[in-house]
Amino acid sequence: MSDIQYLAPTTLEEAIGAFAAAGNVGRILAGGTDLLVQMRSGMVKPGLIVDIKKIAEMTDIVETADGGFTVGAAVSGALLTEHPHFGKVWPGVLEAVNLIGSKQVQGRASAGGNLCNASPAGDSVPAMIAAGAVVTVQGPGGRRELKVEDVPAGPGRTTLKPGEILVSFKLPPRPAGSSDAYLRMIPRTEMDIAVVGCGVSLTLKNGVCTAARVGLGAVAPTALLVEDAAKALIGSKLDEAALEAAAKACRAACRPIDDKRGTIVYRTKIAGVLLKRTAAIAAKRAQGN
Amino acid sequence: MPKLHVTTTINGEPMEFLCEPENTLLDALRNQLGLTGSKEGCATGDCGACSITVDGRLVCSCLMLAAEAEGRQIRTIEGMAEGGRLHPLQQKFLEQAALQCGICTSGMLVASDALLRRNPDPSEEEVRFWLAGNLCRCTGYDKIVRAVLEAAAEMRETSR
Repeated sequence: MSDIQYLAPTTLEEAIGAFAAAGNVGRILAGGTDLLVQMRSGMVKPGLIVDIKKIAEMTDIVETADGGFTVGAAVSGALLTEHPHFGKVWPGVLEAVNLIGSKQVQGRASAGGNLCNASPAGDSVPAMIAAGAVVTVQGPGGRRELKVEDVPAGPGRTTLKPGEILVSFKLPPRPAGSSDAYLRMIPRTEMDIAVVGCGVSLTLKNGVCTAARVGLGAVAPTALLVEDAAKALIGSKLDEAALEAAAKACRAACRPIDDKRGTIVYRTKIAGVLLKRTAAIAAKRAQGN
Repeated sequence: MPKLHVTTTINGEPMEFLCEPENTLLDALRNQLGLTGSKEGCATGDCGACSITVDGRLVCSCLMLAAEAEGRQIRTIEGMAEGGRLHPLQQKFLEQAALQCGICTSGMLVASDALLRRNPDPSEEEVRFWLAGNLCRCTGYDKIVRAVLEAAAEMRETSR
């Protein structure tokens, strides 16, 4: 007989009650593509697994009247891809989510899980940061909202309080002339972990960048919002000088590690390269909007 | 916790089984239900040998708890042939020698079938991209990709 308990509640209140009561042996199951691997390796030994996929709010994609989106934390990459509008409004967020694993993994893995797993290299996180996404979390103390960049606290750690569950992502409405993009550098052609990831979201008006946000992944203990890079882009026509200034801000923000997939020097250099390439893709898409 | 009682549908047949909360669906398929066509290669979602579909969606059964199968429609390699008649994909894999040791084959077939149900006329690039989560250490993939493309062409011809 097992000493693990499995629950699949249909309401958030029930899930939070059980999750909070379990304390630090509770684990949330969304797609399970991290959790089951961690259990298998013995890295985590949950006393309680709370499967959140029977809670409607966790698996819904809602397009709000003002053109924003609310994406449930457990929405799989495959489900997000199949949404008729999401990828048109947020192509960068979608391409980042789609870079997580194979088709099989896409059938299960979610942006919520990617954020809560808190790997510095999670692909969807820099794109969500660039998008200005805000998450709703709910715990025994009620609901609150926080910016995506404020969720990761370090590798494998988040700022969520005990008993709190990530419920959904809110993506803001898009002004005309807006788009986004995500690029990552990997040593292989597909299916690998980012050595550097870069998300850029921007708005163009008559060729001038009027708003921008830049997210960087895999170059620090958590994914970063690089405000100085955005500042360098805003007000410019995305000319070489502005792009170089933004790339420099990205390089300055890097606090990477040396490992088998990339050195500090390499990751720092690539952060600037990716900023330029990602901004160019986002700008090209924005011109069509 | 006592064993969980799971009611599900596998290859169109209603099924019930008992499992431990931490059992994967792959464990349940192979050990409780005797459906040993799905293979365990890596058990970490990297190799795709355990590929199945859940409500039509391709997943690794090693990355899913057996308890999550409750109320779902599961399809495995065992549901692919109709009686004694092989699915065109299976037939082409045989004709084209798209398998050697066979460990990856059921996953390759289930994944290819999931692709062709969505896209009956995929390009070679689309086939390779779709099958990137299915590892084969024998064939070098070429024969597999060719078999999928030829099966797709034949299926299009038949359905005309």
